[in-house]
Amino acid sequence: MIRIEKATKKFMGATVLDSVSVTFLPGDKVALMGPNGAGKTTLVRSVLGFYRLDGGEIEVFGNSPYQKRTAVLERIAFIPQTPPPIKLSVKELCEYISKSSGVEVERIAAEADRMDLDLKGNGDKPFFKLSGGMKQKLLIAIALSRKSDIFIFDEPTANLDPKARERFYALLKELNPESIAVYITHRIEELGDLVNRTVYMDLGKITEDRRIA
Amino acid sequence: MKNLFLVAKLDIKESLRSRWFLVYLTVFGGMMALFFVTGITDSVVMGFTGLSRLLLIYMQVTVVILPIFILITTVKSISQDRESAILEYMLSFPVSLFDYYWGKMAGRFFIVFFPVVLALVLGVAWGALKGGELPWSMLLIYSALLFAMCAVFLGIAFFISTLVKSHDVALGASFVVWITLLAFIDIALIGLMLQNRFDDEIIISIALLNPMEVFRVGAVALFDPELTVMGPVAYFLLDSFGRTNLLVYAFVYPVVLGIFFAWAGYWYFSRKDLL
Repeated sequence: MIRIEKATKKFMGATVLDSVSVTFLPGDKVALMGPNGAGKTTLVRSVLGFYRLDGGEIEVFGNSPYQKRTAVLERIAFIPQTPPPIKLSVKELCEYISKSSGVEVERIAAEADRMDLDLKGNGDKPFFKLSGGMKQKLLIAIALSRKSDIFIFDEPTANLDPKARERFYALLKELNPESIAVYITHRIEELGDLVNRTVYMDLGKITEDRRIA
Repeated sequence: MKNLFLVAKLDIKESLRSRWFLVYLTVFGGMMALFFVTGITDSVVMGFTGLSRLLLIYMQVTVVILPIFILITTVKSISQDRESAILEYMLSFPVSLFDYYWGKMAGRFFIVFFPVVLALVLGVAWGALKGGELPWSMLLIYSALLFAMCAVFLGIAFFISTLVKSHDVALGASFVVWITLLAFIDIALIGLMLQNRFDDEIIISIALLNPMEVFRVGAVALFDPELTVMGPVAYFLLDSFGRTNLLVYAFVYPVVLGIFFAWAGYWYFSRKDLL
């Protein structure tokens, strides 16, 4: 469970999160929406422990993302909006994830295979030299291989072609029903029946929180 | 701790492939090659011959090049990762901030220290092959001084890297640190003394606080016990402290200062916003 209580965050005097309170329960598949600058990414980054709140608190399964950082991150799989230009080779990146998160490289390779990505054939290539679509597929394969309790996807299909997008959505249907999935998106129609809850943010506040039957 | 070694190992692998490392290796390897080709080991300049001459030149070049190389290449380590969202992704896995920061530091230390010492060892080996006596104690102490120099500038670089969020500002800050410390080695100090604006004690204190000056004095004291080739401040230091104390200080002070800055950087890294 993710419990966010009166979370407030300011950057250079500007309030980006304005006393946000929301709870995501096991089984929640949430579309987090809102215009640019609404505070969606800041909220997610705070859950991941990247930002220190100016007020309020966040708990992930009872742990603070700041004080029990690794315990929290063991339960979260995250896909950023844009694949970062990591200079490690694909093999080295998989080693980093395998050893730090306890995921077998074979499992990542199997998930990559399901995304039509040949992991072994690209193992020696630097990650940043892969095409945009291949990078995104690898990040998806890594996230899905972790079998986490919480999945956070920040516009995960931005670099995917229609076929890969369909495949990704098909894989998402296999997520553990008890897991929490938070999708930051501008295209709710694409998520279709993948979500059972929509949360709208604007100007750092939650303006609408609706469950879909 | 396993993640610390993992981060260090991957940082070393990544650095070994990078262009900056190739340039770094070429500069120090090429510098030694240049000294051999130009016959510096055989020449007699200001009373120094053979190996001593080689080491003296190597030290003079190292004191200028090494700090700026370490600063510029290392400040990228965290600030650029932060800017390009690499940090966001790599730290979304269950790796503690302690393991990530100190793993990066350990990897970068190896990458920076190894080529410098390798060039030094090659130089000494070449000199020995040409008939010179192998100065083991000098090589050992000189390596220790290089270790201390790498430690202090890596510490400062990591401190800047965590403190400054923009890569460009981090580069600018590292350049300011380098040029300031460089300005305050003997040339600037003599100027200050000549103008009589400061007491001798202040000038000596500045010299003792400047890790670049401390390295320079310590390195030259190895093969010029009277420090005749250096300025009056170095001569005064030798006279006041003695050679052994000066050498111990030249090793301990930069290491302690480097650890201080590195810890200050870690303190900031682990308590402030990561992105």
